[in-house]
Amino acid sequence: MTDPRLLTVAEGLGEIAAGNMSGDEWFSAYADTPDELGAYLWRPQGDDRGPLPATAGDLAGVPVAVKDIFCIEGLPTTAGSRILEGYVPPYTATAVEALLAAGAGVLGKTNMDEFAMGSSNENSAYGDVRNPWDPVRVPGGSSGGSAAVVAGGLAPCSLGTDTGGSIRQPAALCGVVGMKPTYGSISRSGMIAFASSLDQCGPFTRDVRDAALLLAVLGGRDHRDSTSIGFPAPIALPSREDLSGLRIGVPRELSSDAEGIEAGVREVFDRAVALCESLGAEISEAHLPNARHGISAYYVLAPAEASANLSRYDGVRFGLREEADTLDEMYERTRSAGFGPEVKRRVMLGTYALSSGFYDAYYGSAQRVRTLIARDFAAAFDDFDLLITPTSPTVAFELGARAADPLAMYMSDYCTVPMSLAGIPAISIPAGTAEPDGGGPELPVGLQITGPAFSESLILDAAHAIEGAVGFDHRPKLQGSAS
Amino acid sequence: MKLVPTIGLEIHVQLQTRTKMFCGCELEFGAEPNTHTCPICLGHPGTLPVTNEQAIEYATRIAVALGCEVAPRSIFHRKNYFYPDLPKGYQISQFDIPFGSNGRLGDVRIHRVHLEEDAAKLTHVGDSGRIHGSGASLVDFNRGGTPLMEIVTEPDIEDPAAAREWLALLRTTLRQLGVSDVNMDEGSLRCDANVSIRPEGSAELGTKTELKNMNSFRYLERGVEAEIARQRGIVEAGGTVEQETLHFDPTSGTLTPLRSKEYAHDYRYFPEPDLVPLAPAAADVEAARAALPELPEQRRDRYAAELGLNPDAARLLAFDAELGTFFESATAAAGAGVEAKAIANWVTGDLVALAREAELEPTATGATPEALAALVGLVAAGSVNRGGAREVLAVLVRDGGEPAAIVERLDLGASDSGELEAIVEQAIADQPDAAAKVKAGEGKAIGAIVGVVMRETRGKADGGDVTRLIRAKLGL
Repeated sequence: MTDPRLLTVAEGLGEIAAGNMSGDEWFSAYADTPDELGAYLWRPQGDDRGPLPATAGDLAGVPVAVKDIFCIEGLPTTAGSRILEGYVPPYTATAVEALLAAGAGVLGKTNMDEFAMGSSNENSAYGDVRNPWDPVRVPGGSSGGSAAVVAGGLAPCSLGTDTGGSIRQPAALCGVVGMKPTYGSISRSGMIAFASSLDQCGPFTRDVRDAALLLAVLGGRDHRDSTSIGFPAPIALPSREDLSGLRIGVPRELSSDAEGIEAGVREVFDRAVALCESLGAEISEAHLPNARHGISAYYVLAPAEASANLSRYDGVRFGLREEADTLDEMYERTRSAGFGPEVKRRVMLGTYALSSGFYDAYYGSAQRVRTLIARDFAAAFDDFDLLITPTSPTVAFELGARAADPLAMYMSDYCTVPMSLAGIPAISIPAGTAEPDGGGPELPVGLQITGPAFSESLILDAAHAIEGAVGFDHRPKLQGSAS
Repeated sequence: MKLVPTIGLEIHVQLQTRTKMFCGCELEFGAEPNTHTCPICLGHPGTLPVTNEQAIEYATRIAVALGCEVAPRSIFHRKNYFYPDLPKGYQISQFDIPFGSNGRLGDVRIHRVHLEEDAAKLTHVGDSGRIHGSGASLVDFNRGGTPLMEIVTEPDIEDPAAAREWLALLRTTLRQLGVSDVNMDEGSLRCDANVSIRPEGSAELGTKTELKNMNSFRYLERGVEAEIARQRGIVEAGGTVEQETLHFDPTSGTLTPLRSKEYAHDYRYFPEPDLVPLAPAAADVEAARAALPELPEQRRDRYAAELGLNPDAARLLAFDAELGTFFESATAAAGAGVEAKAIANWVTGDLVALAREAELEPTATGATPEALAALVGLVAAGSVNRGGAREVLAVLVRDGGEPAAIVERLDLGASDSGELEAIVEQAIADQPDAAAKVKAGEGKAIGAIVGVVMRETRGKADGGDVTRLIRAKLGL
C-alpha cells in the first residue's frame, strides 16, 4: 500500500472499507510525522490526546486537524493569542462535534493569525507557519496552519474559518481546496468569534470531492446558534465532468480591472477561464460595480464587531491576567500584554467606528455598502449560474514581506471579501502554478468559484469538473522525508 | 416664582422565567454564589446567546398590559462597556426599536418597554460599599443573564407621593401578570428616577438628574423628595442644576454624585449579530391581550360598580396588591350579612391608620383577614359598636387574637335593646329642656341626651342606634 499520508479522505475511507488500513494506522501515520512547518499549536503526545477516530460513521477513521479557533473540551484553545494562553474550554464546538459524531479523530489544533486577523499567519502569538511549497513563504491566513497541514502531509483534511477570505486565500497559497459555505449553513457555536456576521466555518481538503464529504457532515441547524440554518438540501457528491449548460460570469472588477494582480496569477486565471469555456460553459463578463468598496466596508464592519467580541478577554474570568492596583489598570495591562499589534489595531479601528458621532459615517456607511454588494451579486446571478475570479491577487509571498504594511496585507483579501459581505458560498481550487512577480519558484494559484446562497452543490459540481480538467497534482509535500 | 417638579421613572423588572435570557441556566434567588452558570453566561470564547422564548412571551404580556404597541420586528443591540459584572464586555439590550412603545398605565404614559439581560451581582468588600475604595470585589454570576424588562415612563409624574403610588400600581400590575415576583428587597423590581424642576406654567422641562438605588417605595419617595429640595435650593439661590447621576443613600437619606467614570460611557451600540430579530406574530400578541388577567384599573372599576366601594377605597384596594389580597381574603372569610363595602371601609380606614401608627405595613399586623372579617361581622350583628370595634382592632393590630374574645375581655359588648330603651327613656325624662329643644327642631340639642345614654352604657351603645331611639321616643 502507498504511504497513507498521500491518500485523500475518500481514498482513505476506501482503504479502510477494503480492510487495507485501520483508522488508527491512518491517524498514526500523520501523528508520527514531525511538524516542520510550525503548523500545529497542539498535537496528541503520549497520554495527552484528544478525541480519536471511531469505527462507525460517514467519516469513521478520518484524521482531521482543527483550527485553534474551535473549542474542544479539554484541549488547549488559544485562537493564536497570548491572552488565551492556558485556556482549556469546558465544551466542544458544534462543527467539531459533528465531525467526531461522524467518526473523525482530532490530529491537532492548527496555528492561525491571532483571533483570525491576518492573511499570512504572521500575526500568531505562537510563531509563523511555513508554506509547504517554499518554507521561506507564508501559507496565507488566517487559517494558515489548517492550509499548511493539508498541503504539507500533516493531515488529509482540516477545519478552518473564513471571515473575509481566511479559508480561500490560504487554500490558494498552499495549493489545496478550501471552501467557505453560505453564512448560516454551519453552526458558529464554539467557534471563537472575530466578526460574528461574517465568520463561517469550512473545510480544507486536497480535492473537491473531499470538500463535499466534509461539508455534508458539517452543515446543519444548531439550537445553540440562532443564526444557523443548515443546508436546505443535502450536499451532493460532485460528479460533473464538464460545464455544459452553465452560464459563468467573470466579474471584471475582481479580475481584469483589479489592481495588484500578479502577471502569473492573471495568466493562470485566463487559462482557467478558457478551460471553463472548453468544458462547455457559456462565459461572459459580469459586473459587480460596488465590489471595489468591499475592503473598505469590511475593514469597518469586521473590526467594529471584533471590538465588542474581544471585550470578554478582560482578565476577570479566564485567560491571562496582569495584576494591578485598580480595575482599570488591570484591564489595560492585561489587554496590552495579551493582544498583538494587529488585534489592537482592529479593536481601536472598530471602537472608533462605533463611537458616538462617527457611527453613521463609518458603521452605517459600511452597512450600506454591504447591502449594495449583496445586490450586485443578486443582480449578477440573474444572468449567471456562477462567477469565477482569482482567489488571491498574488501567489505566496515571503515571510516578512508585508508584515510592516497592513494595507498591502489587507489587499490579499480583495477578491474574497465581497462574497463574505454578501454571505454567499465560494470555493478556492488550485488552477495551476505561477512564478511570483519578480521571479521565484512555481507556486500554486487559486481559482475562486462563487454562486448564490446555498448553491454549494452546484459550486462543488463545477469545481469538480474544472479540477479534473486542470489536472493539478494534489499530492502533499510530505514532511520528514526527502520528497 | 413657584417651582414644580417633573418626575419620570425607569424600572427594571426581572422576569420570573425558568431559565436565563440567553442560556439554559436556571434562575434561583439566594442560591450558593456561582452555582447557576455555564460557558454562555460566563462569556466564554465561542459561546452564543439564544433567546429565551418564555421571556418573549412575558415581555408580550407586559407590553399589552401596559397598553403598548408591540413592535412587529425589533432587534437586540450590544451595549458596550467594561465592568466585572458584565462577562462579555457588552450587555445585550435593545436600542432604537424597543419591544413595545407608546403605552399608558394609570395617569402615566409609557415611553417604551424593552428586553435585556441583567448583569451579575457585585459585592464590594470594605467600608464604602462601592468599587472605589473597596479592598476586593466578589462577583456572583448567578444573576448574570437574568431576563430584564426595562420600563421607561414619560415625565408625567408631579410629586414624590404620586411616584410612589404609581410604582405600587405598576408592581401590582406586574404581579397580577405572573411575570415577576416584583420583590424590591431582592432586586427583582428596581427603580431609577429622572427628576427636574421648572417654574410653574413653563412648558420647557428643567435639566434632569438621574437618581439611582432607590430600592423600596419609601426610598423612592424620600429620594425624589430630597432631590426636589436640592434642586429648589440651587435654583432659588440663583444657580443652575447640572445634569448628573446621583446615588441615594438610604441610611443618611442623602444624594451623592456618581463619579463621572462610573456612568459617563459611550456605549457604542450596534446591532447584535449573534441574534435574529424578534418578530412576535400578531396572533400571539392578540392571544396575550385576550389572556390578560384582571388588572388593577379594571379591578378598581369592578369594586366600585359591583361592591359599591367609594372611589378612594376601590383604588387603594385595587392598586395595592397586598392590601387588595388582604381585602379579598377577608371578604371570603366573612359570613353572610357582612357587606364587602363594610370590610373595605375597615381595611382602608381604620386598619391602614392603626398600622401607620404602629409603623407596620397594614397587611403585616396581628390582624389577620379572618379576624377582621369576624370583627366586622360582630359590628353588623350589633354585638359591638363602632367605637368598641375600633378598640378591638387596635388590640388585634398590636397583639392579634380573636375578636369575640377581645370584646368579652374588654367588656365592650353592646347592651341588649330592652335595657337600652329603658336607659333612653330615663335620660329623656331627666333632660326635659333638651327634649323640648329637640322636639322644636333644634337638632344639636340631642347631644346632651345621647351623652347621658353613653355614660350610662359605658360607651357600649352604638351612637347611631341611640340617636334613632331618642328621636323615636320623642315621636320624631
